[in-house]
Amino acid sequence: MRLAWREVLLAFRRSPALGFLSITTIAFSLFAFGLFGLVAINIQTALHAIENRVEVRAFLVDGAKETDVNELLAAVARLPQVADAGYVSPDSALQRARSELAEFRDVMEGAMLPGSVELRLKPGMRDPETMKQLSSRLQTYPVVEEVRYGREWVEKLYRVRTIVGVAGTGLGLVFALVAVIIIGATIRMAILARTKEIEVMRLVGATNGYVRLPYLIDGTLKGIAGGLIALALAWTANRMVSSSFMETTFFTGEQMLLGVLAGAVIGLLGSWISVGRHLRKVWHDR
Amino acid sequence: MAGILRLADVTKDYARSGIAIRNVSFELNKGEFLFLAGHSGAGKSTLLKLISMAERPTSGEVRVSGFSSSTIKEREIPKLRRRLGIVFQDFRLLPDRTAEQNVAFALEVTGASRASIGPKVSRLLMQVGLASKATAFPHELSGGEQQRVAIARALVNDPFVLLADEPTGNLDDKATHAIYLLLREINASGTAVVMATHDVSLIERTGLRFLELDKGELIFDGTDVARLKADLRGAGRR
Repeated sequence: MRLAWREVLLAFRRSPALGFLSITTIAFSLFAFGLFGLVAINIQTALHAIENRVEVRAFLVDGAKETDVNELLAAVARLPQVADAGYVSPDSALQRARSELAEFRDVMEGAMLPGSVELRLKPGMRDPETMKQLSSRLQTYPVVEEVRYGREWVEKLYRVRTIVGVAGTGLGLVFALVAVIIIGATIRMAILARTKEIEVMRLVGATNGYVRLPYLIDGTLKGIAGGLIALALAWTANRMVSSSFMETTFFTGEQMLLGVLAGAVIGLLGSWISVGRHLRKVWHDR
Repeated sequence: MAGILRLADVTKDYARSGIAIRNVSFELNKGEFLFLAGHSGAGKSTLLKLISMAERPTSGEVRVSGFSSSTIKEREIPKLRRRLGIVFQDFRLLPDRTAEQNVAFALEVTGASRASIGPKVSRLLMQVGLASKATAFPHELSGGEQQRVAIARALVNDPFVLLADEPTGNLDDKATHAIYLLLREINASGTAVVMATHDVSLIERTGLRFLELDKGELIFDGTDVARLKADLRGAGRR
C-alpha cells in the first residue's frame, strides 16, 4: 500500500499537466451538473414556500353586505379542507397592493380593488382536484363573483423544475462521460510512459491488483480533487447570485459529499477501464 | 531425477507471423544447466515465453513447477513467476532506480516485509559481485554489471529455474565469460538454468546439454557440439 502511494506521487510529479487536465475536466463536468442542481434545488425551495401559501381566493361582488360575507366565512370555516379563512376588505386589499407593489403606487392612486375571502388549505388538501371542487362550491354563493387559485402556477413551476432536472442530469452525464474518457486517456498515457516498469513488475510476479492499485488511487484522487474544485466553483457562483440577485439555497452537507463522491467514482471508473484494457493487452504482448 | 519442467508436443502458431514453435518436447531436470541454441528467429525466445507462460501454446502442454499451460488461470501466473527467475539480453532495469532499488523493487512488488528486503538485497548484490555499486544507476554501470543486477533481481524469490534469454548477447567476450561463470555458480547452488544463446563457442567450452532449434523445430537434444557447428555453418551457407 505504501508503495502504491509512492507510485501515485511519482506519477503526478512526472506528468503534472496531464494530472491537471484530468482534474479540470472532472471539475467542469461536476460544476455543470452542480449548477443545474442548484437551480433545481432553488426551484424546489420556492415550490415549498409557494405550496405553503397556496390559497384559494374568492373575490366578492361589489358592495357585498357584511352579513352575507360573515355567512360565507362561517360556512367556509366548517369545510374539512380549510385550515383558516379570512376577509380582506377592499381598503386593505388596496393597502396591501400598495406596499407589495410599491413601484406601481402612482397607478393605484384612487384605484378600487374588490374585497375577497382568502382560504388557506390544510396540508394534503392542496391538489388540483380538491381545489376545483372547493372552487365550484364557493361559486354557488351569490356574494362570490370569481374564484381564483394558484395551482396553475404551482404546476408550471413543477414542470420547470422537472425540465431543469432532466437537462442538468443529461448534461452532467455527458460531461461525466467526457471526464471518464479523458481520465482514461491520461491514465493510459501514464501507463504507456511506464510500460517498462509494468513489464518488470509482471516479470517478477506482481499480481494484477498490485499493478492496478496505484492507477486506481491516482484516478480516484483526481476525481475527488475535481469534485472539490467543482464544489468551490458552484459555491462561488451561488454567492454571486445570492449577493446580487436573490437569496438562494446551497447544497446540504450530504449533497456536497455526494458530489465529491461522484467525482471519485468518475475518476475510479476512468482509470479502471483504462488499466484493465492495458493489462489484458500486455499479458499477450508481441 | 524428476522433471521440473516439461514440454509435450508444443506448437505455437502466431496468427500474424506463423508457426514459431513446432511439436517441441523436452524435459528439464532438477538443477540442470541447459542451453537453447539456434539462429535468431529459430524460436528460442518463444520457447522461454512459453515456459514463463507469457504465451500459451496453440497445442501441446507446458508443465512448470506443478502448473500446466492448459489449466493455469491468469491470476495464477504471478505465482508461477515468483518461482522463476528471468533475465534478458537488454537487462530490463528501471533507469530511474539504483542497482539496489532495482533488486528491492522485485521484492516489494511481491509484498515482502520491509525488514527482510534490505539484507536480502545486500546478500544478492554481494553474490553477483556488485556490492560496491549498490547505489549506482544503470547508466553508470557497464553492460556486464547491468546484467549482474538483472540476475540478482531474478534471484530474489529463490527460483528453482533461471530463464536467461541471450543474457550475453550485448556483452563483450570477457563480460560474457564472467556472466556465464556467475550462472554456473548459481546453478551449482541448486538452481536450474535454461540459457538461450547463439554463441556456439560458449556451448562448446562447457560440453553441456543443449537443445538446437531451427525454424521452430527441435532438431537436436544432446551434447554433440560438432553437429551443432556443422548445422549452423550449413545454415549460414544456405
